[in-house]
Amino acid sequence: MASAVLSIATQCVSPNASSLSINETHKGKAKLGGSTLRFSKSSGRISMTVAVNVSRFEGIPMAPPDPILGVSEAFRADTNDVKLNLGVGAYRTEELQPYVLNVVKKAENLMLERGDNKEYLPIEGLAAFNKATAELLLGADNPAIKEQRVATVQGLSGTGSLRLGAALIERYFPGSKVLISAPTWGNHKNIFNDARVPWSEYRYYDPRTVGLDFEGMIEDIKAAPEGTFVLLHGCAHNPTGIDPTPEQWEKIADVIQQKNHIPFFDVAYQGFASGSLDEDAASVRLFVARGMEVLVAQSYSKNLGLYAERIGAMNVISSSSESATRVKSQLKRLARPMYSNPPVHGARIVANVVGTPVLFDEWKAEMEMMAGRIKNVRQKLYDSISSKDKSGKDWSFILKQIGMFSYTGLNKNQSDNMTNKWHVYMTKDGRISLAGLSLAKCEYLADAIIDSYHNVS
Amino acid sequence: MIMVVMWRYFNGRTARRFVSTCSGHGWWDKVRVAPKNPIVSVNESFLADPFPHKVNLAMGTYRDDNGKPFTPQCFGDAEAKINRYTLEETNSSEVSSKFVMESVKLAYGNDSFVVREGLYAGVPALSGTGACRLFAEFQRNFYPDSLIHLPDPTWPNHHNIWRQAQIPVKTFHYYDPDTKGLDFDALINDIKNAPDSSIFLLHPCAHNPTGVDSTEEQWREISYQFKVKNHFPFFDMAYQGFSSGDLDKDAAALRIFVEDGHLVGCAQSFAKNMGLFGHKVGCLSVLTRDIKQAAAVKSQLQHIAHSMYSSPPIHGILLVTMILSDPNMKEQWKKEMKIMANRIRAMRTTLHRNLEDLDSSFNWEHITNQVFGVVILHICCFTFCLRKQIMTLVHVPNSGWHVLFSGLAPDQVRHLEKLFHIYMSPDGRIRYAYVEKIGNQFFSHGRCDTKQCKLFGKCNSSSYKNQ
Repeated sequence: MASAVLSIATQCVSPNASSLSINETHKGKAKLGGSTLRFSKSSGRISMTVAVNVSRFEGIPMAPPDPILGVSEAFRADTNDVKLNLGVGAYRTEELQPYVLNVVKKAENLMLERGDNKEYLPIEGLAAFNKATAELLLGADNPAIKEQRVATVQGLSGTGSLRLGAALIERYFPGSKVLISAPTWGNHKNIFNDARVPWSEYRYYDPRTVGLDFEGMIEDIKAAPEGTFVLLHGCAHNPTGIDPTPEQWEKIADVIQQKNHIPFFDVAYQGFASGSLDEDAASVRLFVARGMEVLVAQSYSKNLGLYAERIGAMNVISSSSESATRVKSQLKRLARPMYSNPPVHGARIVANVVGTPVLFDEWKAEMEMMAGRIKNVRQKLYDSISSKDKSGKDWSFILKQIGMFSYTGLNKNQSDNMTNKWHVYMTKDGRISLAGLSLAKCEYLADAIIDSYHNVS
Repeated sequence: MIMVVMWRYFNGRTARRFVSTCSGHGWWDKVRVAPKNPIVSVNESFLADPFPHKVNLAMGTYRDDNGKPFTPQCFGDAEAKINRYTLEETNSSEVSSKFVMESVKLAYGNDSFVVREGLYAGVPALSGTGACRLFAEFQRNFYPDSLIHLPDPTWPNHHNIWRQAQIPVKTFHYYDPDTKGLDFDALINDIKNAPDSSIFLLHPCAHNPTGVDSTEEQWREISYQFKVKNHFPFFDMAYQGFSSGDLDKDAAALRIFVEDGHLVGCAQSFAKNMGLFGHKVGCLSVLTRDIKQAAAVKSQLQHIAHSMYSSPPIHGILLVTMILSDPNMKEQWKKEMKIMANRIRAMRTTLHRNLEDLDSSFNWEHITNQVFGVVILHICCFTFCLRKQIMTLVHVPNSGWHVLFSGLAPDQVRHLEKLFHIYMSPDGRIRYAYVEKIGNQFFSHGRCDTKQCKLFGKCNSSSYKNQ
């Protein structure tokens, strides 16, 4: 069919020009064997637009909607007053408005006054940012930094940094697998799929306890072939909110060392989980202190509210400075055909905030405030549910979990009930984002959860 | 109990020490140092050179009279206006949609049929590189056995991008080193001889690295041949407005193809024409048959982007959207762009004249014949000291993403470096956006000397002899 239409097209086209040499204007449609030819006048000559034959995209289906962003869309479409958006993990104030950190505004004003230029960053990103981010993660006096064993490359927030790490694995460890927690952030799978890195899961969430299946986790890590990359959430596990204890982290490190695996941390909530930057980085620092070689992806989307600026970093802590240099050069080589060099704006904001002592202190205070609000909301939610629910179910997991999210233990039907009956928008796996919850709405949410849990199966 | 504690203590200490020495087995032993980027190496040599009057012609971003990076004034205004409160996800995606619409209007024309009817799938991308990469991954997903046909030569990163997307590359004839112009016949032959339905990458204006572009008639012929063979044209448009100073003129090739009924793909970059290098603003658009297909293709492109970086950085997108949708700002931008383009054109002409005046036996006509084009690989960092220096090595501000294929051979390039402290890309490409008269003069001397030393005729300039 395509060739038939093409031949008609070429018959109409004179051999010396790629357009019809008709002088008069002609507007209309001609149907030819199912295809449509359109005639339109343009700059004094007739050109023929063949509407159908050259489309390559016949077989291209709609991609599945992103489950998390789809929630926000559905929420926006809902006209009910009592609706609540507990889908995306983006911080909201008590008034449920987006929050721009004061330090960010101050940093941006400084940048505007200075009239910073818009030149390309080097492939590895802004040097001041890279230095600041590695020190924030590991501590400025960390031996790994002093010994120059840390290769840091600015990345496009957590996703972009993870993708760089995945690309490094694909190139230098072909065939190696990544072990990811069950469940994990949905985009982890997409990232490794598109980077063509095979993955499988280790047990993590125990629905019976709504807590960590530690034994299962250790078993699965042990069972993986030697040299597997183990993806770990540094703090505030997404989506469950369930983190290992410090003792459990030690054991996880033990088994990873025994099996010669390589740990790959995703640190998206440093400072946001407990309110303390150092405390939230404890797991990563533990591994590095043991002399292990570690990959770490960082994001400033949540802790600096820079979601839309796409600022993060990929760090590789290796055993020597020489090897760190080599690895950094390869990370750059992988970034070049992805985007050439990273965007400058977010990097400057972070570098200014972290690099200016007054701003840095202010940031720490704001972060404590944000983390504190979430802790308060957790407490209020727990109190509301406990007082309303007389069934004797243990809801204390709400308090034990940490970070923006809570795995409620609700199944898909129950989650649907939350949305359909109560206009509470959340993901189908039972995850709610406490960042989108206000103290004022805790009672309402408690009612919704209790109803969904007990009355829907 | 004490024994247990002591046991644990010693065991732990020993284990840690053992691990510290053992970790030297090195996961990354097999990771080699990446080959150095040739332009970056030149830049590093330049920086290391203590000679006070050194000149760097390798990289290319625009500089003003004082050698400072130049940001169009319209951006200062736009920056001040950006209100960060608008950055919630809702508005983020709304801004993105607006941005895409303004971008495609720019590329395809305000009154373009495809834009009016929504017959395109468009997504913001991480500048030109990101747009090309998105398309390459998309190509791989849906045409896994296809190749990409790249012009010879092309921006080197094109090769990296498609290779990283695991798509094999084939090149087609483009540059004729003898004429320093377009090898049109060979190009047409390659188009004809490629298998039907091949995917080609084309530079619609300001070809990078050669600066050599097709004429309008040649474009029409290429479009016709593409129709005959049912090839897919993918345009990498990184210099719209910058090449001739006129946005519509620079997009003519793209629009010829669209008029002829091709459903093209197009990567746009706002790095050069808006000076937004560091903000990584670009757009990928793919024309489709109907809006349903547009939605499907867009969803697939978004999916690929999602696995790479989730969403693009908003700041640059906000700037561009603001400027393109505000008629006053847009006019201001167009004016500033014309100034930059004209300045480069003037320099080219001056350089050519100076070279001819110096009576060099080498034919420099190709300098003005080449379109003020792009070979934006890197920055020409010339510091401009016209008023301080005469007839000697001068620093000239240069931020040319306009590039000149000088025709100098690698050994001549090295000669220039050693003798005159002039640094340029090893293949003889130079960028210059701002070469003042005297700078030109000096520069010409440099090159004439090279010619004389090597293979060409004598340089008779007395001023040269005085140096």
